[in-house]
Amino acid sequence: MEDKIIKQISLFAENKPGRLANIASNFRKSGINIRAFTIAEAGDFGIIRMVVDRPDDAHEVLHSAGFTVSETNVLGIEMEDVPGGLGKIADVLGEKNINIDYAYAFVTKTEKALLILRVNDIEGAILVLQGEGIKLIDMADIQQI
Amino acid sequence: MPVSELEKIQEKKLSDLVNYVYRHSVFYRKRFDEAGVRPGDIKTLKDLKKLPFTYKSDLRDTYPTGMFCVPNEQLVRFHVSSGTTGKPTVVGYTQNDIDVWTTSLARAMTSIGVGRGDIVQVGYGYGLFTGGLGAHYGAEEVGATVLPVSSGNTERQIELMQDLGSTVIACTPSYFLFMNEVSNTAGVSIKNDTNMRVGIFGAEPWTEEMRKRIEESTGIKAYDIYGTSELSGPLFTECMYQDGIHIWADQFLIEVIDPATGEQLPDGERGELVITTLAKEAMPLIRYRIGDITVINREECKCGRTHPRIMRVLGRVDDMLIIMGINVFPGQIEAVLMKIPQVGEHFMIVVDRVNELDVMKVQIEMTDEAFSDKVNDIMALESKVSSSLKHVLNIAVKVELVEKGSLPRSMGKAKRVIDNRKL
Repeated sequence: MEDKIIKQISLFAENKPGRLANIASNFRKSGINIRAFTIAEAGDFGIIRMVVDRPDDAHEVLHSAGFTVSETNVLGIEMEDVPGGLGKIADVLGEKNINIDYAYAFVTKTEKALLILRVNDIEGAILVLQGEGIKLIDMADIQQI
Repeated sequence: MPVSELEKIQEKKLSDLVNYVYRHSVFYRKRFDEAGVRPGDIKTLKDLKKLPFTYKSDLRDTYPTGMFCVPNEQLVRFHVSSGTTGKPTVVGYTQNDIDVWTTSLARAMTSIGVGRGDIVQVGYGYGLFTGGLGAHYGAEEVGATVLPVSSGNTERQIELMQDLGSTVIACTPSYFLFMNEVSNTAGVSIKNDTNMRVGIFGAEPWTEEMRKRIEESTGIKAYDIYGTSELSGPLFTECMYQDGIHIWADQFLIEVIDPATGEQLPDGERGELVITTLAKEAMPLIRYRIGDITVINREECKCGRTHPRIMRVLGRVDDMLIIMGINVFPGQIEAVLMKIPQVGEHFMIVVDRVNELDVMKVQIEMTDEAFSDKVNDIMALESKVSSSLKHVLNIAVKVELVEKGSLPRSMGKAKRVIDNRKL
């Protein structure tokens, strides 16, 4: 089950010019690739969430650059490219009373849609989703994207 | 010594002092004459209130040496204040003044168990500022070994602390927290990897909560030191019981007054501290309005000393911010913040005027421990801090979490307030 957990990099940033550029240049120097990326913005601050190819290195690089950064366990779901794909996921989690804290999606080179989810019960969610035959991706898949 | 005997000494010294300044200082003679007081009117401690106050502005107005009672050739040293809040002030010392200063600090250090065998690392600045040399002389007097590092050069401070086995640190509390932060980053724990056991912290207001934090994170006993350059420099500390700062009654006479009316307040009431120097020669001060807000406690201390104590100084009359007509001391804000475990040491108070209204904002650095990647958690922390501040201050405070390391660090007095109002 462990291998279906994806380590997401989460980072606290003040909402001011240059913060994103700083993160990007740290990654460029270390050859870290961003696979998925989103910013949750709340007035003066934002939380930047990223899925990268080497999360432990990314954490180390950003921490030593002085950022407040953490690794968060999330799920990566390969979406069916048919109407109702997202609805199905939300339904099965809802039935088991598992709450989605946040979600964001991106499209891969192979033209598949991937959904990143943070839930309040990650192990429960893995069981439910796999039980429904929904495909979860792992860190190895992330590196392949 | 029984209080009655101490008071007898004070009365004798006060009456001598009043005669001395009247004879030797043009400034005081004029002041007394204007107030209609003759030296002969001052017979007991009760007569103290007849004497006029002396203000910091008097030192500036008579800059550089207009308040001195001895000719320059009798001086052995000058110290000069930084002048951050106006013109600098100059203090001159006779040899006797230096000796009295040294004795005062030696007594203080003895009261916290610092003496022979201790290595005292002095991280206060040396030079025109009195902190470094004051702590230095006091520590030598009690037989300790002094390591005069002065302020700044943090990596070196930590290296020497380890290599020479310093047992006592004297610096500002915010600088010591900074040292702790730097040493932790370098993988050195002050608690486990050094012999540090006592901190003598002052030159800026700090709180009981900050003491707790220092003691828990570094394993030392943290003591408050008090003084100001106009009175010689750092002079007094708490004793081992950490229950107020002992003011040596044979050398200094203290009162607490209402800063607005100038009336003496009964012991136990909070007000502005006023100090009269009983043993200074070059620049004695009569009823000096030091500007610090405190409370006097004359009860005998658990340590057995009968010298009166002042409670921890939490703010200065000058630092007081008036926000929408309400008095706010930075120390009150610090006290609230230090009670919230997710909040780090670093904060800044920013005051602005928006549409004719005062707006106070407190910026707090995010810590690794407090960080959650859920927006709601961070907003909940902001509103928790905001409502705790509102509860204590009675005004709305906007709380803003900022990135760690983004607020200015200080090697000396921490700057906690940015007032952008053009008043």
